[in-house]
Amino acid sequence: MVTDRVPLWKKLLPHPFLTLALWVIWLLLNNTMAAGHMVLGFILAVIIPLLTSGFWPEKVCLKKPWVLMRFILIVLWDILVANIIVAKLILGPKDKLQPAFITVELDIRHPLGIGILANTISLTPGTVSCDLSEDHRYLYVHGLHVENMDETINEIKQRYEQPLMEVFQSC
Amino acid sequence: MFEWILAGLILIGALFTLVGSIGLYKLPDFFMRLHGPTKATTLGVGAILLASALYFSFKTESASLHEILISLFLFITAPVSAHLMAKAAMHIKLKQVKRTQNPQ
Amino acid sequence: MLENVLELSFVLVALAMLLSLYRLIKGPDIPDRILALDTLYINSIALLILFGLYQGSPLYFEAALLIAVMGFVGTVALSKYLLRGDIME
Repeated sequence: MVTDRVPLWKKLLPHPFLTLALWVIWLLLNNTMAAGHMVLGFILAVIIPLLTSGFWPEKVCLKKPWVLMRFILIVLWDILVANIIVAKLILGPKDKLQPAFITVELDIRHPLGIGILANTISLTPGTVSCDLSEDHRYLYVHGLHVENMDETINEIKQRYEQPLMEVFQSC
Repeated sequence: MFEWILAGLILIGALFTLVGSIGLYKLPDFFMRLHGPTKATTLGVGAILLASALYFSFKTESASLHEILISLFLFITAPVSAHLMAKAAMHIKLKQVKRTQNPQ
Repeated sequence: MLENVLELSFVLVALAMLLSLYRLIKGPDIPDRILALDTLYINSIALLILFGLYQGSPLYFEAALLIAVMGFVGTVALSKYLLRGDIME
């Protein structure tokens, strides 16, 4: 008889990433690496996702972790650069600023991917994501100082959306 | 040497925090004001927290990483709250400065 | 030297808080006030961490973490109130 058996570790760990995150957060909160806390934290990190798995129906699966790592490094660097640019803009003359609303057409469909893209846009040079259209196809972005709208849209799409699309594919 | 790095980080952090609030003070409309606190203030507090983590790690001679937790939390929540505030502002149709291109 | 830098930073962050307070009082609209309140939360985290450094005590970390969590929840709740509780449309 052939049954579609789910391996035991998948039953016990429905969300491995959540478990890992909870474990790390527990250790950081207690600011210790003592063995007792590691065991207690691990038990909590296994039990909490099991109890709450009803609230997390969709599975997250990451493809190409290397692309994700590179994306995170790029974003961290961009945050630093963005802050210097924004600081200059803020301290400069305010009448020269050219604010703009930009509509970005999204190619990415994965909800978590859209969320991370919106957050990334908010943290990087001179742009804050303001709203998402009902059908999740357009993202409205406010720019503090936009000289060339198409250039900004292109940068967002190539620099941030492209790697996220590779990482978050439906599985 | 170590003290210099700490002092630099703290000073940069405080300056960025101030820049964020200056943006909040002087820019002409809400959507432009939103840029200051979401970026500059978050990075400023991040730098101060990094300095604190370094200081306590050296003082107690064991890694003190829980400051990282606050920085991570701030870096995740700042864009979320900015997004929600902008959404609320668009919802109640807040006025924008006249020179805004492509107004909503 | 570290103490002097810390004292200077206190002044800078306090100035930042004053500017945010101005925006909180002046407005002119509700989102501006929410934003000012959010900035005040984050500034107070910075001030608490600086004070912890000044005193050389890690005790203030928990307070800073609590302010971070509560500040985020407060901002989200206020924005959500504007989004749902208002009958403009």
